[in-house]
Amino acid sequence: MRPRWRSQLPGSVVAAETAVGVPGATVATGPGPGTPSGDPLLEVRGVTVYHGQLRAVDGVDLSIGAGETYAIIGANGAGKSTLLRTIAGLHRPAEGRVHLEGRDITSETPERRLAAGIALVPEGRRLFHSMTVEENLLVGTYHARPGPFGLAEVYSLFPWMTARRRQRAVQLSGGEQQAVAIGRALLANPRVLLLDEVSLGLAPIVVRRIYEVLPTLVEGGVTVLLVEQDVGQARRVATRLQCLLEGRTSLVGHPDELTADEIERAYFGVGGRPAPARDDAEPGPQVAAGGTQAGPGASAVVEGASVVVEGAPAVVEGAHGGRTRPCSG
Amino acid sequence: MQWVNAIVQGMVTGGFYALFACGLSLLFGVMGIINLAHGDLAIIAAYVAITLVPATHLPMVWGFVVVVPIFAVGGYVLQRTLLQASLDRSPFTTLLVTFGLSVIIENVLLEVFSANGQSISIGTLITNSFALNNVITISWFSLTVLGVAVAVLGALQLFLSRSRTGRLIRAVADDREAAQLSGANYRHLFGVAAAIAFATVALAGLSYGMLTEFAPTSGVTTLLFAFEAVVIGGIGSLWGTLVGGIVLGVAQQLGAQINPAYQILAGNLVFLAVLAVRPRGLFGLRTA
Amino acid sequence: MTTVEQAVAAPPAAGALHARVTRGGRTALAGGAGALVVVAVLAVMPFAVSAADTTLLVNFFILLTMAVMWNLLAGYAGMVSIGQQAFVGLGAYGVLVLAMNGVNSFAAIPIAAIVCAAIALPVSVLVFRLSGGYFAIATWVVADTAQLVISSVTSLGGGTGHPVPGLSQLSPRAFAEATYWAALIVVVVALGVAYALLRSRIGLLMAAVRDDEVSARSAGARVMATRRLVYLVAALGCGAAGALLAVSQLQVQPGSVFSIQWAAEMIFVSMIGGMGTLEGPIVGTILFFLLQQNLAQQGAWYLIIFGSLAVVVAIWTPKGLWGALRQRTGLELFPVGYRLVTPDRADAPARPSSRRLRRR
Repeated sequence: MRPRWRSQLPGSVVAAETAVGVPGATVATGPGPGTPSGDPLLEVRGVTVYHGQLRAVDGVDLSIGAGETYAIIGANGAGKSTLLRTIAGLHRPAEGRVHLEGRDITSETPERRLAAGIALVPEGRRLFHSMTVEENLLVGTYHARPGPFGLAEVYSLFPWMTARRRQRAVQLSGGEQQAVAIGRALLANPRVLLLDEVSLGLAPIVVRRIYEVLPTLVEGGVTVLLVEQDVGQARRVATRLQCLLEGRTSLVGHPDELTADEIERAYFGVGGRPAPARDDAEPGPQVAAGGTQAGPGASAVVEGASVVVEGAPAVVEGAHGGRTRPCSG
Repeated sequence: MQWVNAIVQGMVTGGFYALFACGLSLLFGVMGIINLAHGDLAIIAAYVAITLVPATHLPMVWGFVVVVPIFAVGGYVLQRTLLQASLDRSPFTTLLVTFGLSVIIENVLLEVFSANGQSISIGTLITNSFALNNVITISWFSLTVLGVAVAVLGALQLFLSRSRTGRLIRAVADDREAAQLSGANYRHLFGVAAAIAFATVALAGLSYGMLTEFAPTSGVTTLLFAFEAVVIGGIGSLWGTLVGGIVLGVAQQLGAQINPAYQILAGNLVFLAVLAVRPRGLFGLRTA
Repeated sequence: MTTVEQAVAAPPAAGALHARVTRGGRTALAGGAGALVVVAVLAVMPFAVSAADTTLLVNFFILLTMAVMWNLLAGYAGMVSIGQQAFVGLGAYGVLVLAMNGVNSFAAIPIAAIVCAAIALPVSVLVFRLSGGYFAIATWVVADTAQLVISSVTSLGGGTGHPVPGLSQLSPRAFAEATYWAALIVVVVALGVAYALLRSRIGLLMAAVRDDEVSARSAGARVMATRRLVYLVAALGCGAAGALLAVSQLQVQPGSVFSIQWAAEMIFVSMIGGMGTLEGPIVGTILFFLLQQNLAQQGAWYLIIFGSLAVVVAIWTPKGLWGALRQRTGLELFPVGYRLVTPDRADAPARPSSRRLRRR
């Protein structure tokens, strides 16, 4: 094992431990801290993925219990999408394993994983452009597992779709296409639904509407693993949060127990320098103390390489002067 | 009236070209494969017919009952092995591999069957015709081939737009990764598409062998006709292929009307003209 | 050989380490010297070997010229043409037409080649409208059209062809020698032009975009102009090969000079030898002639075996036999690319001897 495979931000390790309240646990290894009772539904152990020479994901661990809404956040190029695509079977990891309900699925194809209960809504919607809305959804039903979601349920989840089901999918707006993509994945009745950047390129109101369906999914027994650049959005919906920085885990914890300050540091790297292995002088407990300072409206929308902090509460303003700065992630 | 006859004959021949071209169109549309061995495969079908069908005691015209299933299975197997292996490399490799196949097939046929021309004899069926007037007579067989072409294109269209497998094939053609995420096994679906394409090639090859003499080297000519029909009609459009075939057929017959030696040349020139003026073809959806 | 050197900043974690970017090497120096020796030996060949062997070598040079040109097109510019026999045929007919009008057949070779390049310009306007496989078949249609048009010209012998006039004035021995030297000059020039082209900025640009149609298109007009230049050069080279063919065979027949077999041979030779290298076509052509000579009695089987070999190589060793050899050993006789040489790594893709070479 390379010595640096587990080198996370020391500060964030403490933060996570403190936040979760399990002092002896290390971050995100095995059935890690914060896992609800029982064995994890989806487990990722030490996964490393290369894009050519680039180590896009570097020894990441992840453990999700049934019924969770788990959010992975991080800047552009942090390896979030790659991690999700690896879980869905589109990338083969160079190292590490992926388990679903204790079964090793690391070497299985995406279609076998769908049958096992993993469905990915890929970044950029990826609808079938020669097809109508309904045909796109039908393709989702062809290899479906038995479960609560059928065409009727999807249409009731997104009522506008019924009237427009004969339209070509490419004629829809971005938000509508995103809804169809979610519907298509949902029709497979997955155990775990992976959502990759559903908010990308959409207006905030549209994003909110899409996220409104999440509770219905959870009620339907679907576990959700989502990747978001919009930290505020992720914090609002997630039961647990994991931040990636340059392919490695920089923070894990419950959103309520993490401060905006902590998250921002995990998001960009300490002191704005993308050097995750660097020692952090700031002790963790102080950070944990500020856990409740972040109001529910905290929202750091990140687009591309620049950061826009909108409506950020005092803790963000105070800590970093609310500045907008480039991030070379 | 001779000119009208040329146009009518050209339109009838066009159906045959469309039958040839639809397999080429399907392979390109679904997998992005330009199958340079397409014409040679059709010639194999004709040779398979004259070799195998006599043993079955079926009339030659029913030869497709034997040859089409063989080709469908062969297409599936070839796709799952050699073609998929080259697709996994690159489109560039696939092009070179199908070209290699084309040369190999042509020379193996030369070694096995010699360069002599042969034909699939179906007796008087090929000469039966009806007269529209005292100049224009239309061969029943040619008209049947046109009918088969229209039926095949229609069935293909229906299959792709209505059936589960057809929709999955379109899904894979649209976005392979997204289709995989919906549970589609793209390798199998590619195999199915190849099976269908090979079946249509077999039909086209048999019609060719019945209509005219063929030799191992005929594959090149037929490939060029099929390709010209696809480009003239517009790449990616099934019905455009039919129109392309008809335009090509009419152009060739008009050329032959001027001078029999100009038949193929006229077709090539129309193709080049379409390329110059309207590179997307008459009904093209996408650029090549 | 020039060696470009530059320090590359290594990741801090790995510590500072100097790497150089190089294209030359001692083997390349040896390659250059060796090439000179080989050309010198080849130049005096007609005095040492039989007339039959001279003819064989002429055919070798002709195919090698075509293969080098096809390799330029496909291996570097990413354009798979299956219609280069159009220019082979036009080159041959160029010599015929010029000879019929009293031009010396040997003097006609370069003229015919230039005519081919001139014809390739309007042809490129047409076929460049398509890409990938459709480009390939379009070039094929052009070749077919060229053959049909030439075959319909009765003054050139129509479909049966025409002997090249004026060649009987030379003694058989003098004619064989002149043909041989003409072929040698053509192939050396072809290799030299290809080498120069590939080492130029144009070569780098082509290498950068050859596998990627989208980036090639988005890179815009310069790439298109470069591709067009390569297409013209390939037409020139294939035209010269065809002109040689006309001279060496003493007559021109459309079915023979426009044959798809030329395309097949030049493609297989490049594929087997290795596309994207200058050595590949040489290796492939040598292999082709070995196979052809040993299977000459078995009809078309040499082509079947060679074609099968090409398919196998394309799938399992896409860089060809030379490419595979180079990957194993780092051997490069005619280096056209750049590579990174790091002094401390045993797995660096270069041989130890090339490490110390520096630019003065």
